[in-house]
Amino acid sequence: MWEYDPVMFSRILTGLTLAFHIIYATIGVGVPLMIAIAQWIGIKKNDEHYILLARRWTRGFVITVAVGVVTGTAIGLQLSLLWPNFMELAGHVISLPLFLETFAFFFEAIFLGIYLYTWDRFENQKKHMLLLIPVAIGASFSAFFITMVNAFMNTPAGFDIVNGALVNVDPLAAMFNPATPTKVAHVLTTAYMTSAFILASIAAFQIFKGRDHIYHKKSLYLMMKVGLIFSIATVLVGDLSGKFLAEYQPEKLAAAEWHFETEEAASLLMFGYLDDEGDVQGAIEIPYMLSILAHGDPTSEVTGLNEYPEEEQPPLIVHYFFDLMVTIGMWLTFISAFYWLAVRRKWKVIKNKVFNFILVLSGPLAIMAIEMGWFFAEFGRQPWILRGVMKTPEGATSAAYVDTMLFLFVGLYLVLGTASVIVLTKMFKKNPVERELEDHAQERGEW
Amino acid sequence: MDLAIVGIAVLWTFLFGYIIIASIDFGAGFFSAYSEIANTKHILHHIIQRYLSPVWEVTNVFLVFFFVGIVGFFPSTAFYYGTVLLVPVSISIILLAIRGSYYAFQTYGAKDSKFYIFLYGLAGLLIPASLSIVLTISEGGFVEIVNGNPKLMYEELFFSPLTWSIVILSVVSVLYISATFLTAYADVAKDYDAKGVLRKYALAWSGPTILSAGLIIWQLRQHNAEHFQNIMDIWWMFGLSGVFFIITVVLLWIKKYYSLAFWSLIIQFALAFFGYGISHYPYLLYPHLTIYDGFTNDAMATALIIAFIAGFALLIPSLFLLARLFLFNKDYVRGEEKRRY
Ligand code: HDD
Ligand code: HEM
Ligand code: HEM
Repeated sequence: MWEYDPVMFSRILTGLTLAFHIIYATIGVGVPLMIAIAQWIGIKKNDEHYILLARRWTRGFVITVAVGVVTGTAIGLQLSLLWPNFMELAGHVISLPLFLETFAFFFEAIFLGIYLYTWDRFENQKKHMLLLIPVAIGASFSAFFITMVNAFMNTPAGFDIVNGALVNVDPLAAMFNPATPTKVAHVLTTAYMTSAFILASIAAFQIFKGRDHIYHKKSLYLMMKVGLIFSIATVLVGDLSGKFLAEYQPEKLAAAEWHFETEEAASLLMFGYLDDEGDVQGAIEIPYMLSILAHGDPTSEVTGLNEYPEEEQPPLIVHYFFDLMVTIGMWLTFISAFYWLAVRRKWKVIKNKVFNFILVLSGPLAIMAIEMGWFFAEFGRQPWILRGVMKTPEGATSAAYVDTMLFLFVGLYLVLGTASVIVLTKMFKKNPVERELEDHAQERGEW
Repeated sequence: MDLAIVGIAVLWTFLFGYIIIASIDFGAGFFSAYSEIANTKHILHHIIQRYLSPVWEVTNVFLVFFFVGIVGFFPSTAFYYGTVLLVPVSISIILLAIRGSYYAFQTYGAKDSKFYIFLYGLAGLLIPASLSIVLTISEGGFVEIVNGNPKLMYEELFFSPLTWSIVILSVVSVLYISATFLTAYADVAKDYDAKGVLRKYALAWSGPTILSAGLIIWQLRQHNAEHFQNIMDIWWMFGLSGVFFIITVVLLWIKKYYSLAFWSLIIQFALAFFGYGISHYPYLLYPHLTIYDGFTNDAMATALIIAFIAGFALLIPSLFLLARLFLFNKDYVRGEEKRRY
């Protein structure tokens, strides 16, 4: 029998909206920075290829922003619609960063509007580029503030509960809770990294298809370099995130690692599966590595999952989310470093079709790592919606029709997702780089 | 002064901002779609595109500001309204998504699709209609508490004349506000054909606007006597609002001072909107929730107000810049701007 369970449908709908929003939000955070880098290089080197890169990326960016804004508005409202009890409690303590976020949106939206409609109104390109700075700052700050809210859900701080009532609320302590530093740093570096790899993928795809205009090569080389820098940063911050977990949310780390017994000199398990007895089979074991990840010391003690009562253990599936994220992170660092070396040393492999195809995969892989990272972070927090304070079912709505709304939104996201991809491809197919470069040359009378 | 009042005043002001700029946007979308049928596309399309494109995202943020702010200042609204509004607001979200993506997909992307333009024009009227349900619910009588949880009474809501009067007012005032603004805009742009058409629209929608507003007050008398009495206590605000309504219509009629006509419309709506808000005090949701029992703690309230002042200081110059570049820049409005910065 089909039983209506608003909690389950609320969870699915929240997860779905966020998983969809995060793709566009990540692009929204990272791409303005990439546009600014390209435009800056273009102005400095007086190279119109980079300026054109900035222009074309901007045009595509408008589409992704639009979807980011509509899905963001959806999740913003859904937080109250689906989790009214949670928002009523959390609203007392953590609404400050949410409120600040709206100012970041304002800032970003205003300057993005101005930037888009003033490409040809400035004699001096540098002044036009200055308009991007508030866009990039606004976007990064919106990630900054919203991630604080999520950090708060993992390590609530800044209030006391006395006889069921909230007292001693300290909004700043809630914002700067223990999870904030690593979470914010990780979310920002991964957003920049992912955006760089997505743009690199586009260039690699053109080269893969046989276009050999220098424009694509410049784009690929630049974005791979930026991607490399941010993936190194990501791995470093990811390591710090592991140390954060070991100290403040050990059950999440233990679940991610299938680390059941507390022990010293713990080894890290990659992949594998659990057999009927609940023993790990077929995993790759890296000795001492878990202790290093957790405490930076190969012999240190790592808390195991069995220390926690069964009903407070996160689902074990997070192991795969974590492993996929880490593997992708390592792979992207490696491949971008390899590409960079290959270009500098003029190795022939960069002309190889298969190699180019591997580069095409970087963008999709980075997005997948983002999704896996969030799934890990969110499922790993279960059964809590506010760790240690409120369980997920207590936060959910009691309203009817959550299931119908779920179907409605699935339809909406399908339409938005497909439409944005179709519009983006059409937009660039209709107007290939080569033609645009010619048009520009003509405009300046160089023809 | 009392922090709860500061909070609600700030939020109410931003909601007013949203209502005005979103009405312009929604109405313009509708006229643009309508011009496809009425064969006036060549007259209206240009002016509407020029105004709308650069500012739509900013419009949306006004709405976001309101709903994030109200949960911040009054967390209990998340509990009451969050629970009962699941269906109406989800529908609004979907309509907003259709409109938001239209800009991107249509303006920058593929070629015109008639179907999408109609959907877009229609969504512009359905959004105010669906959002206005929130105001209806706030009047009380549509929410019951079952086992401590609020529940929306869909049937009562659907068959209440109050619901439909508020829906009608929201739709016609969108068209009225928008047509009046675009008339003034077309006048500045010296686009006289467009101005002529839009002025007729503005005049045509003025009557229905004032009639439906009167209808609502009359219905409140039966539906919520307490609120009706509060309205009567500040009847002068509504009376003054009526005076400004007449000024706008006269100016449009005599074809003079279009910008002044628009400002007078703003004053008309501001008086009515704040009059409504003040007479609603202290209830957020009759009779379950007042601004005092729903208010956040003092530490958070103070932090939010400080954040608001700091944010506002950043916001005002930026909004001013945006308006100067696109709204009040005569060269841009006329489409004659050159490189000159
Ligand atoms: C391109 C994306 C990407 C890549 C390559 C990585 N991560 Fe990550 N990771 C994220 C994207 C991400 C994320 C989506 O941004 C998360 C989800 C929640 C969060 O705070 O960041 C995340 C969460 C997250 C967490 C959980 C934090 C928490 O729940 O509080 C840990 C421990 C790590 N990561 C560690 C790593 C390590 C050791 C990596 C080594 C390569 C790594 N991540 C690569
Ligand atoms: C943006 C990337 C994010 C993704 C992809 C994501 C994904 C998910 C998923 C898959 C779930 C369901 C978990 C489960 O049912 O076991 C979930 C739950 C939830 N997330 Fe996230 N999340 C993200 C960020 C955030 C942020 C920033 C917040 C808060 C500000 C948040 C708040 C919630 C809430 C309230 C729930 C429901 C309660 C729960 O199941 O714990 N999420 N999210
Ligand atoms: C519960 C979680 C979230 C909520 C409630 C939320 C809310 C919103 C809202 C309301 C908007 C639309 C703003 C507008 O109208 O301009 C938006 C857009 C945006 N969000 Fe989210 N968001 C969430 C998660 C995230 C995360 C995790 C990130 C970053 C990592 C993020 C980054 C952005 C950015 C950059 C935009 C601007 C749109 C763009 O430029 O593409 N959001 N979000």
